[in-house]
Amino acid sequence: MKLLVCVSKTPDTTAKISFSENNTQFNEAGVQFIMNPYDEWYALVRALELKEAQGGTVTLINVGPATNDVTIRKGLAIGADDAVRIDCDPKSSLYVAQQIANYAKDNAYDVIFCGKETIDYNGSEVGGMVAELLDMPFISYASDMQLDGNNATIQRDIEGGKEVVEVATPFVISAAKGLAEQRIASMKGIMMSRKKPINVVAPLEVADLSTVVHYDMPPAKAECKMIDPENMEELVRLLHEEAKII
Amino acid sequence: MSVLVFAESQNGQFKKAAFEAVTYANKTAQVLGTDCIAICIGDAADAGQLGKYGASKVLQVNDASLNDFDSQIYTSIIAQAAQANNASVVVMMHSSCGKSLVGRLSARLNAGSAPGVNQLPTNDGSFKVKKNVFSGKAIAEIEISSDIKVVSVMGNSLQPEATGSDVAVEAFSADVPARRVSVKEVNKVQGSVPLPEAELVVSAGRGMKGPENWGIIEELAELLGAATACSRPVADTHWRPHHEHVGQTGVAIRPNLYFAIGISGAIQHLAGVNSSKVIVVINKDPEAPFFKAADYGVCADLFDVVPKLTEAFKKFKNA
Ligand SMILES: Cc1cc2nc3c(=O)[nH]c(=O)nc-3n(C[C@H](O)[C@H](O)[C@H](O)COP(=O)(O)OP(=O)(O)OC[C@H]3O[C@@H](n4cnc5c(N)ncnc54)[C@H](O)[C@@H]3O)c2cc1C
Repeated sequence: MKLLVCVSKTPDTTAKISFSENNTQFNEAGVQFIMNPYDEWYALVRALELKEAQGGTVTLINVGPATNDVTIRKGLAIGADDAVRIDCDPKSSLYVAQQIANYAKDNAYDVIFCGKETIDYNGSEVGGMVAELLDMPFISYASDMQLDGNNATIQRDIEGGKEVVEVATPFVISAAKGLAEQRIASMKGIMMSRKKPINVVAPLEVADLSTVVHYDMPPAKAECKMIDPENMEELVRLLHEEAKII
Repeated sequence: MSVLVFAESQNGQFKKAAFEAVTYANKTAQVLGTDCIAICIGDAADAGQLGKYGASKVLQVNDASLNDFDSQIYTSIIAQAAQANNASVVVMMHSSCGKSLVGRLSARLNAGSAPGVNQLPTNDGSFKVKKNVFSGKAIAEIEISSDIKVVSVMGNSLQPEATGSDVAVEAFSADVPARRVSVKEVNKVQGSVPLPEAELVVSAGRGMKGPENWGIIEELAELLGAATACSRPVADTHWRPHHEHVGQTGVAIRPNLYFAIGISGAIQHLAGVNSSKVIVVINKDPEAPFFKAADYGVCADLFDVVPKLTEAFKKFKNA
């Protein structure tokens, strides 16, 4: 099996978010970066499990600058065989997807994995875009995937429940919680990752059709009103009369 | 020019999501000075009712074999409708179905996109629209420069407004690609409100001590017609089903009212719920970080307070 896992770099979940250049740029100073949790915990690990069960290769792909190599190495330490980095500074999901599709189109991958969304821009677009550009089926929000030959049975999260679908390879899948169990890189994995190749590829020229032009912080919350625990009628009254939501 | 909106149906029925999408699209059409056209896929009856929410025309590919979702088929049909109607904006909800479409459509139409927006666009020479980013820690304004734009709308960003009347439904004939994804089964939790669509949510955390204590949470939720949710450790230890897990690594929601009961308010939890309009926190620890994100707080033992709150709501309902 040839498996490709799209990985992105995001600020750590506890990172303090701030902006520079008149609130037009995300301020990276002092921010700790991690591999996007859905990519690392679920997409990558499910790909590794499939390789362990049936043989094959797991390749990571990242679209970004050389500073992303630290994040990519982490994926190699967890167990991916090799990695590709498309060398650029992407500004939109379509740009990223065009780079990934352009690389993947000549490499006949059986399954292309990505996370259900990144925890920074929360777009959940790249998987669908790659699938469309490669004319492949796309199964999003997968929380279980079993492969039997070329046929996959996939459970996906939908509003208030699950849906089970069948699809044949090749396809693109986006990983949600449940698809696999998070793995921690071993000492040996970390040592071995240093020798694994990161293949740096020049980007395809494409235009950015959407860009973030300004950031704002959410409006500050008013002080929390504390309610006497013996007087829940008062809470109900406030929700009705003041907040007007019940 | 037009604004095309994909109105989602399930098992032949339109849900609130479809009415929200059409309302958003109609208001977007007003911003751009054009008309809103709805496209429906599958055999849902009564598609003409979308006119009430502002669709000037409703197109339908009325074919029961298309009721099951396949992102490739739906993308192809919606793209054909967009082209046939010279759409400048294509709108859908940011639902499980919409999330699978927004990227595909953007790639298909070579359109700039904004996924998961929560406000109407502005159009003062350039098309701009806002969405939450960094899991609700900030808001980004996105400018889309392509002639055609694809936008998906977060649930509960605006209320459906039925101010118009039914319109005629026109059959839309599209080239339908072969189905490659077949839906084998759909398991929905019966009788409860799906979390992402819920206006009221009762959520509980590790302070509940164990799954056997959830009766008081379910009772309160049922009385209010609310959905139930939980923190991540609660789902991880299987006290509650995974689909109830909210937060940065779970479902992100924006209900009108969020009750956080016995939840500390870790930053990763807040990331999924801080867009809620009103937050009520019940926690016995006065230092719990959640109080900083709350509108109303009750500092006490939840096992005392929750039954009292349920009683107070019962009195309110019967008054
Ligand atoms: C990368 C990453 C991602 C994460 N993603 C998520 C996520 O998506 N969602 C999420 O929820 N968490 C997430 N977490 C975990 C998060 O950091 C917290 O650990 C978690 O939210 C805590 O859950 P809790 O509030 O239920 O439990 P606790 O932190 O144990 O809090 C329990 C609370 O209950 C109160 N309490 C106890 N007994 C009572 C009582 N009798 N009456 C009233 N109050 C009582 C306590 O005072 C305490 O505040 C993530 C963590 C990481 C590292």
